Amino acid sequence: MTKSELIEAVAARSNLPKKRAEEVVNCIFSSLTESLLREERIEIRGFGSFSIKSYRPYKGRNPKTGDTVSVRAKKSIHFKVGKELKERVNDVD
Amino acid sequence: MTKAEIAEAIYSHLGGFSKRETADIVDIVFDTMKDTLARGENLKISGFGSFLARDKHARRGRNPQTGSEITITARRVVTFKLSQVLKKRING
Repeated sequence: MTKSELIEAVAARSNLPKKRAEEVVNCIFSSLTESLLREERIEIRGFGSFSIKSYRPYKGRNPKTGDTVSVRAKKSIHFKVGKELKERVNDVD
Repeated sequence: MTKAEIAEAIYSHLGGFSKRETADIVDIVFDTMKDTLARGENLKISGFGSFLARDKHARRGRNPQTGSEITITARRVVTFKLSQVLKKRING
């Protein structure tokens, strides 16, 4: 499912015009994005949580050549699946 | 950030919804996402990331507390892959 398919599904389920559903879905993902850019954790009960992991710079190796390379400090997002979603996804029917 | 804060953002940015309606629509969006993944279907949100429903084979594992060998059953899990665009923005 893509974002536009999600928008259509939300429109059908909520009886909102597609344009309106699109505004809502876009607003949700831009709110989530802004929150992550502020390095603020997100918790959606039943769905999952997003947290920011910061990595310090470190010396790594190019696995192909064996050369030492410096890896810059970086940030990544960690998603932890919520209990309800985890159980539903694994409930093979 | 929580669902309540997302609902608040919709209420103040979009207008035309009551507070009750914004709370309901946020639930509809996340429920739709959950239903999709529960069907085993991936969900790709461009500019944000992909939620992948991945099938894992059964494998041998160990109970880290007792050291005894156990079989980890086959299962389906959800993983998240951050979009390259957002990854760059976060590290920008």
